[in-house]
Amino acid sequence: MTATRVLHLTVNGTDRSVAVEPHRALLDVLREELDLTGTKECCAVGECGACTVIVDGRAVNSCLVLAIEVDGASVTTVEGLAPDPDRLSRLQDAFLERGAVQCGFCIPGMVVSARYLLATNPDPTAEEVREGLSGNLCRCAGYNRIVEAVLAAARADR
Amino acid sequence: MRAFDYARPATVPEAVDLLARHRGAARVLAGGTDLVVGLRQHTLTPRLVVDIKGLKDLPPAVTAAGDAVVIGATAVMADLARNPVVRRHLPALVEAMDTVGSIQIRNRATLAGNLCHASPAADTVPPMLAYDAKVHVSGPAGDRRLALRDVILGPGRTALEPGDVVTAVELGVPRQPVGVAFARMTRRRGVDLASVNVCCAVGADGVTRFAYGAVAPRPFLVADHTGTLADPGAAEDRKAAILEGLIANASPITDVRASQEYRIAMLRVLSRRTLATATDRLARAGGRAR
Repeated sequence: MTATRVLHLTVNGTDRSVAVEPHRALLDVLREELDLTGTKECCAVGECGACTVIVDGRAVNSCLVLAIEVDGASVTTVEGLAPDPDRLSRLQDAFLERGAVQCGFCIPGMVVSARYLLATNPDPTAEEVREGLSGNLCRCAGYNRIVEAVLAAARADR
Repeated sequence: MRAFDYARPATVPEAVDLLARHRGAARVLAGGTDLVVGLRQHTLTPRLVVDIKGLKDLPPAVTAAGDAVVIGATAVMADLARNPVVRRHLPALVEAMDTVGSIQIRNRATLAGNLCHASPAADTVPPMLAYDAKVHVSGPAGDRRLALRDVILGPGRTALEPGDVVTAVELGVPRQPVGVAFARMTRRRGVDLASVNVCCAVGADGVTRFAYGAVAPRPFLVADHTGTLADPGAAEDRKAAILEGLIANASPITDVRASQEYRIAMLRVLSRRTLATATDRLARAGGRAR
């Protein structure tokens, strides 16, 4: 009943065109149309941060963004953080080295939020990391190691 | 989400026309942090969503204009909280914006959206009330400016009519020195709604005003004109009596976030804390209550 429109997005550095209806969330289009299932659906009301992606340089909850709103935008998902297919980013490595991953479900959102934090504040305090990740919930409550991992990645980048 | 049509008009008159033609069946989209939740939960089922982020004739994000700071309807809280004009003139608004939702939410949420959603717990509404906010509205009959206290009527209810678009929020910058402070109580740090939120403004004329949120159907202002609360040397029992009189205007409910009794108790605590901070800020601004 509503018209499908073709959107043009730059996703993880690659130009993508995708036909969507206006009521599709960016989260659903990433997962279902573009097969980028690293971005997780969890609360779907903007409270847990599992669906965090970076749109035109800003971390947002992709569950609360209509795909049609971001026509022409540049989107970075967790799949776009690694420098190449065989290598993780320093930030991702730090999560593994510090044992910051428990069940793992929140981690893509955590890593994307941490990447955004470090892009805006390359040398954060532990308090600033906690604030920067306060929109990302971890049901395993593994917050301390996550904060340590982000601080370690920030140190490695210095 | 149920299906809807989407429009991204380029001018305010086009947006007004679209909204007016669809009457109540169209909704405005700015940051979407409340709207899309409603769409997902089917509490909102519009036929048309009108995205106002493409409007070229909206006021800019921040304009300092004499006694006022005008904030465009699509300016997001994360940007506003970093803006030097906002930080200089509206510190309590910055404190409130820094508590809203999360970084991800603040990267999308707008002040205009926060007031239009008309949540009793909206964090930015108490400081907007304390800064005497006026809401710039464009509608089918033309442009008008409404006092914020006349816009929010109750939970989810505003005085806005179908076809109206909020184009800006105008916040007053008092000529006299003033100290303003915001605080809120939540159950957890991130992504929670306020159990109670309070903004206190102490003026050099001795008037102390409080804007209280989450303790009534809508945020509201109360004031002490006696100069007692603004006077650091006033007797504690006199201050307490005046504060109790102000707090008596609150009518909180018990819900999942807090009981009625707890809200009143915390209203007392936050009133005292924000009063102390605001009084201190007034002194540092070079003002001294009578």
